[in-house]
Order: sequence, then structure tokens, then C-alpha cells
Amino acid sequence: MSERPLSFLDRPNSYIGKSVPRPNAQRLLQGRGVFVDDIRLPRLLHAAFLRSPYAHARIKHIDTAAASRRPGVVRVVTAADLAGLCTPWVGVLTHLKGMKSAPQHPLARDRACWQGEPVAAVAAESRAEAEDALAEIAVEWEELPPLASAEAALAPGARAIHDTLGDNLAFARAVDAGAVDDAFARADAVVAETFTFARHTGVCPEPRSILAEFDPGDRRLTLYCSSQAPHMMKEIVLRHFPLAETDVRVVCRDVGGSYGVKIHVYPDEMAVIALALLLGRPVKFVADRLESFVSDIHAREHRVAARMAVSRTGEILAIAIDDLTGIGPYSTYPRSSAVEGNQIVGLTGSWYRSANYRARLRVAFQTKPPMSQYRAVGHPIACAVTEGLVDLAARAIAMDPAELRRRNLIADEAYPWKSPAGLLFEKLSHQRALERMLELMDYEGLRREQRDLRAKGIHRGIGLASFVEITNPGPAFYGVGGAPISAQDGCSVRLEPGGSVTCAISVTEQGQGTETMVAQIVASVLGVALARVRVVTGDTERTPYGGGTWASRGTGIGGEAALQAAKALRANILDLAGAMLQAAPGDLDIAEGWIVDAETGARRIGLEEVGRAGYFRGDTLPPLTQPELMATRHHQPRDYPFAFTNGVQASWLELDIETGFVRLLKHWVVEDCGRMVSPLLVDEQIRGGVVQGLGAALFEECLYDAAGQLRNGTLADYLVPMAAEMPDIEVAHLETPLAGTELGAKGIGEAGTAGAPAAVMNAINDALAPLGARVSEQPITPARILRALGRL
Amino acid sequence: MLTPARETRRARWEDVLKAPSFAYLRASSLAQVFDALAEHGEDARILAGGQSLVPALNMRLSEPRLLIDINPIAALTGIERRGGMLRIGALTRHSEVGASPLVARLAPLIHQAIPHIAHPAIRNRGTFGGSLAQADPAAELPACVLALDAVLHLASRRGERAVSARDFFRALYETALAPDEVITAIDVPVAPQGTRSVFVELARRRGDYALVGLAAEAREVGLRLVFFGVGNKPVEAGAASAALAAGITAERIAAAQAALARDLDPPGDLQADGATKLHLARVLLGRAARALMAA
Amino acid sequence: MSESVDIRLTVNGQAVARRVAARQSLVDFLREELGLTGTRAGCEHGVCGACTLRLDGAIVRACLLFAAQLDGASIETIEGLSRSGEIADLQAAFHQHNALQCGFCTAGILVAAAALLRRGGVPSRAEIRDFLSGNYCRCTGYHAIIDAVEATCRARAGKSAP
Ligand SMILES: Cc1cc2nc3c(=O)[nH]c(=O)nc-3n(C[C@H](O)[C@H](O)[C@H](O)COP(=O)(O)OP(=O)(O)OC[C@H]3O[C@@H](n4cnc5c(N)ncnc54)[C@H](O)[C@@H]3O)c2cc1C
Ligand code: FES
Ligand code: FES
Repeated sequence: MSERPLSFLDRPNSYIGKSVPRPNAQRLLQGRGVFVDDIRLPRLLHAAFLRSPYAHARIKHIDTAAASRRPGVVRVVTAADLAGLCTPWVGVLTHLKGMKSAPQHPLARDRACWQGEPVAAVAAESRAEAEDALAEIAVEWEELPPLASAEAALAPGARAIHDTLGDNLAFARAVDAGAVDDAFARADAVVAETFTFARHTGVCPEPRSILAEFDPGDRRLTLYCSSQAPHMMKEIVLRHFPLAETDVRVVCRDVGGSYGVKIHVYPDEMAVIALALLLGRPVKFVADRLESFVSDIHAREHRVAARMAVSRTGEILAIAIDDLTGIGPYSTYPRSSAVEGNQIVGLTGSWYRSANYRARLRVAFQTKPPMSQYRAVGHPIACAVTEGLVDLAARAIAMDPAELRRRNLIADEAYPWKSPAGLLFEKLSHQRALERMLELMDYEGLRREQRDLRAKGIHRGIGLASFVEITNPGPAFYGVGGAPISAQDGCSVRLEPGGSVTCAISVTEQGQGTETMVAQIVASVLGVALARVRVVTGDTERTPYGGGTWASRGTGIGGEAALQAAKALRANILDLAGAMLQAAPGDLDIAEGWIVDAETGARRIGLEEVGRAGYFRGDTLPPLTQPELMATRHHQPRDYPFAFTNGVQASWLELDIETGFVRLLKHWVVEDCGRMVSPLLVDEQIRGGVVQGLGAALFEECLYDAAGQLRNGTLADYLVPMAAEMPDIEVAHLETPLAGTELGAKGIGEAGTAGAPAAVMNAINDALAPLGARVSEQPITPARILRALGRL
Repeated sequence: MLTPARETRRARWEDVLKAPSFAYLRASSLAQVFDALAEHGEDARILAGGQSLVPALNMRLSEPRLLIDINPIAALTGIERRGGMLRIGALTRHSEVGASPLVARLAPLIHQAIPHIAHPAIRNRGTFGGSLAQADPAAELPACVLALDAVLHLASRRGERAVSARDFFRALYETALAPDEVITAIDVPVAPQGTRSVFVELARRRGDYALVGLAAEAREVGLRLVFFGVGNKPVEAGAASAALAAGITAERIAAAQAALARDLDPPGDLQADGATKLHLARVLLGRAARALMAA
Repeated sequence: MSESVDIRLTVNGQAVARRVAARQSLVDFLREELGLTGTRAGCEHGVCGACTLRLDGAIVRACLLFAAQLDGASIETIEGLSRSGEIADLQAAFHQHNALQCGFCTAGILVAAAALLRRGGVPSRAEIRDFLSGNYCRCTGYHAIIDAVEATCRARAGKSAP
């Protein structure tokens, strides 16, 4: 597996690579999780928002008098009331050249630019009373023409949504690498398709939630929020509110799903902070499900026109794409809304050898909710476009799609590799992954079964999708663009007097198993039982500084920080034990909570004795011995801007050609995320990601009418994937450890979502192929399939 | 679609999910319900299973002054055979109907339909009468009672009346129920020997309201085909059924499928346009007819 | 007939008496009045299943009931089912199989799955998926949940086998 020397992580009693159940899951299983809505504070107020009913409208007048008089209502505010409290923000990253956006405020000022934009806020003794008051707020609106589609927004002569910006082009990028025209000219076959990807949204089970507690006495603000990045949130507060760095604390307790949704700055949440400052009372806002649909970030909404040139012998000669995406009226702060398109440009085709690549990206403003980074940012699109083209090309030259991949995937020996768009791959395993997959799914057997069933009128499809995933981003991702987002993370590890270990770390937990992963690493290095490690996360006052958990960085970056901190503490413990035992620290080791003789393994003293001596009995130690039973280390990726992972997914499904209904029969994933700390956690991360990808492929779509109104903004009408329609998902692993870190772990959080839509789309097209039909529009609904079949 | 009016609320967008204030009456007898309805008229709403009404209240799509909870009224529950009729109390829960051996034997169409309604926790609360009163055009039970020629018993302080299913469903979410009336029970004619029932439905996900569904009942007197999810109420497909009147054969199925265009003119909804729905209705018709043929 | 209503009910075996606003949902009542936050509100319109609990022995949606309706009723929530030990094996199986991530959906899924377990026998995976079709989980891929429920069904069936 790993060719490197044995480390602590490889010791026989190591927890690394073992599937240990998550210790912190026990309380969740008993309903004892503490989510923001579970926190009760004295003097608590509840906020509710009046939101724009129009996609685009001028606010001529707001009358809040009647609402203010309602029982239980403490305050009703509009933009004017918050003007001096919170400065506006602009969601651009300076390293995305030419990117622009307009200033955004907690509440819409004179104009609302999407249906759902917050316009007024009520703080009341209960949420129900706050909602009662909303009905009493009178707004005089003047409807303005909406600009719902990205095409319309960029059409010549289209009116700029923000006059000051001149037009609606938020960002554009072009790549032209190699000799693309030449490659298309000499190709034996050229395939082309326009792929579309619907707008969809994250639908976190726990909606966005924030509780802002402001103590007017010492001017301290404590934010309890459902977020992935507490330190970033604190930095944001400091940038926009008149508060001192010493006086803001951000606490994230349990987070009920986030997937990227809860890492952005939302105007309503900023308004809640402002209300708390204004009123000197704690204010809570838990978005309800309906407002979540129109106020959470949305994702995707891309139309990609794509072409691929291929030779008769199955060489992919060139790829060209043109992506148009609509991001709503503002670029989201502070990560911007241009990253998804940017990643599509970067990623498309990058796992194949072809050096000829051309891409164009246009990112448009429009009057729909802001769109931004959601799980697997850009990957599912880049993957579906690439893999969709590969299958088309295979059909065009009558080659088996697995064979075409085999001939074009970057060879496992070819690394390091630089893609035409400039991505650096340290070491990936596409070829091995593909072979492993074909064996795992019994590709040949399935093909036979497919042929046999076809003869009986049963239409089954097989879809493959290779992919890469961006993980462990370095500072070149956001920090360089001016965003207060840390690419490094820190971990402190402390030996307690009783021999247990407390570990505080800046990466956060949303159920991925972050705390378990950290405990596994720390316990392994320190030679203690997992149960003897307590991990603290999600509190800016109690953990070292760091970025948090996003972009699949928790294990790769946080895990390495934990490893290095634990190693440092281990050295300190052995120093102290050496002093106590008058032995050379190098002759000692720690195992199962004991200081042992390194050579023989004989037990010398328990860790609790070291702890007690260090903390209580300094008098017994040799002179000049200063016990340091706590150590802190940070880790920041340096060698590569990202750590890429790779893998391949496959889908096996049955198509009812009369109804257009698709039944998912089985899904497979072969994934290489470097060293795995816990296969148990990795597997369900992948599966959860796959199901989000399957949702996108088959079900999820924010349906808008021409006026820019969301038509399906309830959980009954917006179709999320549920258990009955989802297949069993088999996962297998390869481990190519990451160089440059001792842990060697890469990320895993987004791989499932990245590849699943492509695999399903290819499987559907595989089933459709003998009927001369194909689909390229996601979600692939029964109606779209029937239309492709010409049955309507 | 869970609630009909969501799209019509454009002028205000309050995004609320806490029910507005109302008064609550725990009714222990029908007389009490009649009085309250007579007194409060349109301002009052009957609360049965609440599985349709409460979402609408939470979204404030409906803001009644008074909720009359009929759940305590035992007389409204139960399933029994009365001569040629199977009587189902209006308050009988979907799960009880689904588990009833009487229903399975005497009204197999309904037995087949129940598992398509929502999910177990919702079936434990939702009621037979509530579904009919709600009259969702994509719901299963209105189609079944129409296919079975059931009779609904309506009562108010003014007295009782029996209304045939055919007369009960009028327009989108509109029924023959007067503001002061309660559905007390439903009489379903017992399926005679030799009856064949087929219930088929297409829904995007398990338990969702139907994209298109078909309740088909073949009795000696003839074949009843009732589609749902294809109009503003359950729709009887007379032309299609006439095409199959002389017995089901492959050619007649094709003719019936063609004739369906005369029976249905489905409006589009969030999931599919009208043409797709008509196509799917034809597919279901073919499948149901072949199943009837085989039965 | 009033906007506030007196109710007496049993919650997790304990007698409770309260005056409630007629409009207060059962899920809000448990969370706000009784501090039983294990039952969660994920959608408040009956779709997500996070609020699933037991009312007089049958699973229901707590967001689609008003507390005012519950005079004389008996409620069991995740807290009660945890304390009684009734689902200890199911919880252990969820833990072993990592059938939860953020845990927001978990209580609702456990309560729903417990109802399936009470039917006895070993349902197929498809039947388990069908029974849980009204419980939304965004984190897991459902697979591990099905594994955990299946394993518990098997274990129980094995135990009760002669
Ligand atoms: C997530 C979800 C999915 C669902 N899926 C489906 C589905 O697939 N198919 C389906 O058919 N249903 C579905 N339903 C709805 C469910 O079946 C409801 O139970 C049913 O529609 C209404 O019955 P109820 O007893 O709950 O009525 P309530 O919600 O209590 O009442 C509905 C309406 O009927 C009136 N009413 C009720 N009873 C009477 C009576 N006896 N006399 C006069 N008026 C009365 C009420 O005043 C109200 O206007 C779903 C519900 C949810 C929450
Ligand atoms: S909160 Fe009750 S079903 Fe979602
Ligand atoms: S574990 Fe997060 S929603 Fe199920």
C-alpha cells in the first residue's frame, strides 16, 4: 500500500484505517444533539422576515407601524434602521480577474432583486407572533422587469441589473491550450452536445439557523450558528459590525447538514446580528423550509455546449466547451459565485491525456436567488460533460466505452501531470481504478445480461464516469483573492492529569466524523484508547485558528495538524517520562496508556502518573524540568495548490421506455482518497455524496416561471432523493497516499456528488442508444426521456 | 402538489410555517359539530386527520377562526358490512382501511390503492373522509370511490343526505359539501363475485401524489375506468371504457388508448405537461387492461 | 371553544398538564414547553419526517398535529424510547453501521424504523426502503440506514425464533 517508512500510524494498535463507530454519534442517536434551535437563552427574541414577492421590484414605501403594534412584537426594522450598524459587502475575489458585483445589505434598500430577498425583519417574543406581524407590514411595490435567464441577461441591449456595473457579466474566462482547431480538423469523428444542468439547492435537513447574543454591558457578541467555518464567520462580523476582535465569539454546536450551504454570508443572518446589537437581547432566526427555498444559496444552472474530437483508434484529440451560468443578482460573499464556473473550466477533460482544450465561461447576473458553492462545486458538471462526450465518442467510433476510457485516462505512471488548463496532479490512479471497477461490477457479465434482457424488451443501461475531485485547497483558492478564509488549520493536544487527552481543532463537524477522525489520529500517535480522547471543535474561543470544514479538507489538512500536534505532545510526554524514570526518551514509547520500554514493551508507568507529576508534583522532578503537556501544530498545504483525488463510478439501471421512468438498480464507486483514516466514515460520505448526485441527475430542479417566480418552493414539490428510489451503493477503495504530508490523506466529501450524475446520465443514454435517443438535460425526468424517445 | 394555492400567493410572500391563531373545539358529538358549523359557517373548518389541512394552516393558506376537531367522535370511525354495502366511517384512517380484511375482500380496489397514499406515519392519521373532502385531483381515494359508484353520507343540522361520488366531485378542490356539512360515512357497493380490480399509479417518488393514476374496476355491469392526476377532479374515461365494452383484446386496447383523447384533456403541472400526462394515461390504460385480461 | 386549551397527556410515561395556545403544533409544544428537543422540525409541512413520534402507539408527524388535540393522549418521543431501552439494539446497529451523520433526521428515522420492527419478521431491503420512504436524510446515502434496520430485524427475528 504505502511505500513510506512505518510511522506511528502503522503500529499494530493504530486506529488508522480501522472502522470505528463515531463516539459522538451516541447522543445524536438519543435525540440529544444540540442544534441552534435547541438553545434556550433568557430574554430570547425570534426573528422573521418579510421577503420580496417579486423577482425584481422597486420598494416605494414600507409602513411598519401596524406590525410594530402587534402583541409580542419588539421591533420591526427595514434597511434604513440598520444602515449605520452593518456595512455593505461585495462578493468578489480579486484573483478572479475582471470579476464584479454590487454591494449587498442585510435588508433590501430601495429595490429587491430576487423573489425571497429579505426586505423587513420582525423581532418578537415568539416566531408565531413575528409571523403574525409580517402580514401587517405594508409595502408599496413597483414591479420591474425580471431578468430570469442567463441568456436574456447577457443578450445585447439587456438592461444591467445594477446600473453601476454597466452590464450583467459578472465574470468571464477563456482557456485555449494546445492546437484545438487542428485537432478537430484531423479527427475521424467529432461529437457535440449541449448539456444543461438545472438550478437546484442544498435542502439542509436543519435549515440555516443563527442565534446572536449581544451583551450591551461588555459589548460582547456570541453567535451560535449552524456553520462550517466559525473563524471565517467571526472575521466577517468584525469586518462589518463595530465590534472589537476580543469581543466576538462564534460557536457551532451540532450542524444539521450543510453541504456548502452554510458557509456563505446571508443578508438575513447579518440582519439578525444587527437586531441583537440594536436591541441588546439575544435574537434567534431559524429559516423555515419555505424561506429556505428562496433564500439559501442555489447551485448549478449551467448550459454547456461541448465538442470532442476523436480518432478512429480511440484517441481523444481535443475537447472544447462553452459554459453559461446564471448566479442571481449578487455574487455571494465572501467566496463569490464565480468559482463553480471557474472549476468547470479547470476540471473538464482534465483526467484524459489530450492536450488540446478550449473553454469559455460566462457568468451572468439574473434576478433569481444568489447561487454559490454547494457540494462538489462544478465537478458534477465538468464530469457529466466530459464523460457524456466520451460515451458519445465511443458510440461514434463503435468502441466499448470502457475501452475508450482505458486508452485515454492518464497513465498511473505518468505523474506528476499538468492538465491543459493548468491543474497539477501529484499522483492519481485512474487506470487502476477503472480496472478495479470493471471487475467489481462484473462489467462483462452485466453487458451480457443487458443483451439478454434487451431481447426480451427490457431496457437496461450501464454508465461509467471517471472523475477527479479537488480537495485540500491551499491559500491560492480564496485567501489570495482577499477573502478572510484560512487555508491552514490548527490543533492543540493536551494530556490531562488523569492520562486522557483533550484535543481542540479548528476543523469542524457536521456529521462527517471529523471528531472521530481526529481522535483516531491522536489516539494512535499517543498510544491511548480512542475513548480516552475528547475532541473539541466549533468554537472560536476554544480552538486554534483555522478554516473549518469545506472543500473536502477536514482530514487532509486538519488530520495532518492533529498528527503533528500529537507527535509533538508525544515527544514532550516522553521527555517528561524520561526525566521521571531517568531513562533516555528515545528508549521509551507509549502504548495502551502506558509509558513502556521501547525495546521490550514492558510497562513502566501509566500516563496518569506522568500527568500527575507534570501538573501537581513538580517538586518531584529533576531541576530545570518544565513539563509541556500541551502542544499545538498547524498545517497548511504548500506543495500543490490542491490535492486531487480520483475515482470512477458506475450505474446500472432499468428504463421503462413507455413511461420514461428510471429504476436505479445498483451503483458502484471506486475511489482513491489517499490514506483512509476510517473506511466506515469514508464509505457513507461517498454514498451520501452519490445520493446528492442522483438527486441532481433525476429529481432536483428549482422551477421558475417567466416572471422569475419559484414554482416548487415546498418540500413536497421540490423533489429530494428519498430512500425508496435510491439504490444500494457499493464502494471500493484504492489508496495512493498524498505526498508532502505524513498522514497522506486527501479529501472525500465531494467525490460521490461529482461523479454520480454523469454515471446515471450515461447509463440512461446507454439504455436509450438502441432506440436512437439520448438525453442531455438534467434532471432527467420521465417527460424528458419520453420526448427524447419521440413518444410525445 | 401538497397545497394548491402556493402559486397563487404572489402578491405576498410571507414564508410562514406557524399556523395563525384560531379557536379550537374538541367535538365529542356530531350534534356539537353541526351547531358549531351552523354558527360559524365559512369561518370554521373541520379537522380530521389534518394531513392536508395542517400544512395549509401552517402556510397560512387558510385562516379559519375556528377548528372543529372531529377526531374524538367514535361514531365516525369503523368499517362494517351492511347488506350489499361496505360502510367506511369518514374518520377511518388510511392505515385501518389498508389493514382491513373486509376492505381487501369486498373492495379490493381500495385495498390496492391505500399503499400508494403517502407514507406510514401519514396513513396513520389521514382519513378516508378527509381525502374525499379535500378532493385533490391527484389523490387516490376520490378516484376509487368514483370508480366504485360509492355513496357519500353528508350530514348537517339541516339533516342528512346521500350523494353519489359522481355528483360529489365538482371542480378543483370543490365538492358538493356545503359549508355546514360533514361527511359521516361512505357506502361502497360490495364487489360481486368475478369482479376484477386493478389500481395503477405513476408517481415520481414513493408516496408522492400521482403523476397519473388509474382505478379500474371490471364488473358484470361494465368496466369503470377512472383516471386521476389528469384533470381538476377524478375523470371517468367513458370513451375508452366503451372501446373495451365487448371484451378486452389487444386491438381493442389500442382503440381504447386512442379513444382516451376524447376522455381526457389533462392540464400540465409541475411534473409534466398535458401531453405527457395523456401519454402516461394511455400507458396505464394498456397495463390495466392487460392485467384485467389476465385476472 | 377557545384560543387556549387545557390538556392533560402522558409524555414518555409521565403525566403532563399544560394550557396551550390552540395553534401550537405538537412538535413546538414538545420542544418549547417540555424541552424535549429530540423531536425536530425540518419542514413543518409533513414531508421530511424529522418530527416523527409515537402517538398512542402509532407513528405520526408531530408537525401536523396541534398540542390542543392531545388531551388524554400518550406520546412517546426519541427521549422516551431511548430511556425505555426499546430501541437500544436499533440504536446500536445505527452506531455500528454509521447510519447517521449530522443526526438531524435520526430520531425520526429511528422512531419510524421501530414501527417496522414491531411488525416482526425480516422485511426485504426494498420493503425497508419503502417503509422509510417518508423520512428525508440528506447526509447518508440511506444505504447504511437500511443496513442497520435490516441487521436489527434479523437479530430480533433470530432471538424470537424457537
Ligand atoms: C407528505 C404528504 C404526502 C401525502 N401524499 C398523499 C397522496 O399521495 N395521496 C393522497 O391521497 N393524499 C396524500 N396526502 C394527504 C393525506 O392523504 C390526507 O390525509 C388527506 O388528503 C386528507 O385527509 P385528512 O383526514 O388528513 O383531512 P384533513 O387534513 O383533516 O382535512 C382536509 C380537508 O377536508 C375537510 N374534512 C376532513 N374531514 C371531513 C369530514 N368528515 N367532513 C367534511 N369535511 C372534512 C377539512 O375541513 C379540510 O378542509 C399526503 C399528505 C402529506 C402530508
Ligand atoms: S417537520 Fe414534520 S414532517 Fe417535516
Ligand atoms: S444524518 Fe444528516 S440528514 Fe440524516
